Amino acid sequence: MEQRLGLEASIAIAEVVGRCDADIVAAYPITPQTHIVEHLSELVADGELDAAFVPVESEHSAMSVCCGTAAVGARTFTATASQGLALMHEILFIASALRLPIVMAVANRSLSGPISIWNDHSDVMAERDIGWVQIFAENAQEASDLTIWSFRLAEDKRVSLPVMMNFDGFILTHTIEPVLMPDKETVQAFLPRWEPLIKLDVDNPISMGPVGIPDIYTETKQVQQHLLTQSYGPIVETLDEFGQHFGRSYKPVETYRADDAEVLLCTMGALGETAMEAVDRRRKKGQKIGLVRIRLWRPFPFEDFYRAVGDVPVLGVMDRAISFGGPVGPVASEIKSAFYHQQQRPKVVEFVAGLGGRDVPLSDFDRMFDAIYETAETGKIPAPAIIGLRE
Amino acid sequence: MATQSAKPKWTDLAVGTAITVPGSARQNRTGDWRSSRPVWNHDECIRCGVCVIFCPEGCVHFDQEKPGYPSADLEYCKGCSICAHECPTACISMADEEE
Repeated sequence: MEQRLGLEASIAIAEVVGRCDADIVAAYPITPQTHIVEHLSELVADGELDAAFVPVESEHSAMSVCCGTAAVGARTFTATASQGLALMHEILFIASALRLPIVMAVANRSLSGPISIWNDHSDVMAERDIGWVQIFAENAQEASDLTIWSFRLAEDKRVSLPVMMNFDGFILTHTIEPVLMPDKETVQAFLPRWEPLIKLDVDNPISMGPVGIPDIYTETKQVQQHLLTQSYGPIVETLDEFGQHFGRSYKPVETYRADDAEVLLCTMGALGETAMEAVDRRRKKGQKIGLVRIRLWRPFPFEDFYRAVGDVPVLGVMDRAISFGGPVGPVASEIKSAFYHQQQRPKVVEFVAGLGGRDVPLSDFDRMFDAIYETAETGKIPAPAIIGLRE
Repeated sequence: MATQSAKPKWTDLAVGTAITVPGSARQNRTGDWRSSRPVWNHDECIRCGVCVIFCPEGCVHFDQEKPGYPSADLEYCKGCSICAHECPTACISMADEEE
């Protein structure tokens, strides 16, 4: 049974966390994520969710509490954004190294300074190497569905890793969309109570997080690299099971009108939806443009990505953050690196768009498509372009 | 070098590198990075026990096999040479581990 409701992505996420029967929510309110934890605290206060809501004094404490509660086998949820995610930074590495299946929704927001509460991906890009599974939603339905799925994957014994569900701040957090909301029974049939691989238990004492001397640290890092890479199999499997159970299917890399495309643009996150509209408009003018949308960011789905890109000669990549003094776009950098050893590789045209909440209208996508076509015609690869920059 | 039990491969580590056996730190051999080890000259040793008392690791003991003479437990000795420095008869020399 499911209801069709008009919900903000934030409220939809809080509602499904309730239906997932989370045991602990430890979170600190930060814009634009606040509505999630506000609504969860209401669900707990109203007795609709039998969970402990821990109102911590900072995000550093929020993630620390989450590590502790996941370590005793509690189903643990938190949410944050931007400065909050940055404040969690050091604990994020510990959560994955200790294999604690925490689920965290990140309402992607730019980092200060200057102070900005608005949307881009600079927060998550700064946390690329924390060893978590990282996935992106494009709309409220996906954010809601992928939150349910995140618990299922995190708690899978083959994985037992924390999962970060990214969804764009304001574009999704504060926008009311129709959402198909499954009932608690349906969610719980997909998400049975979990048995941790390892837990803190006074009757069977263990030490979690001991010192890793030089003799052992190297081996622990190989374990993490192996586990996160190998989690790809369970990711695809559980996404398929989600599809069978709820009737909505998700893949690590999604495409749009890519099968017969002459050129492609790669997006990640909510702007993929604007991009689809932009593609439709250019298609009406006879230009065969397609999209590749990265859903799974970590582990990076290399093979799916190669298949999605196929043999197109030019691939545009739209980044939502800048790697200062480096390769400009972090996603484009990753993609160029992925193609370096491939026989068949496209020319990569790089864009940065939508920094700090700057609107990315259809006309901006037209600029990107024009640049992609120009490279297809001339063979020349332009320097990375910041779309909408006043010069 | 101190004897060391076989070091675990990455595939042998406990989940999250947790310590699953309480008190198992006792099994850790901590003397494997020593660069030199103490050697007692029994002709000079007066068996006073100063080396036993001064050893900061508590790993210099009176030997069971040669009663009355001290020796170092090389599974824990770090080769700090405090015993050699404190010995009133200078009967302890530090032998290079590489030799």
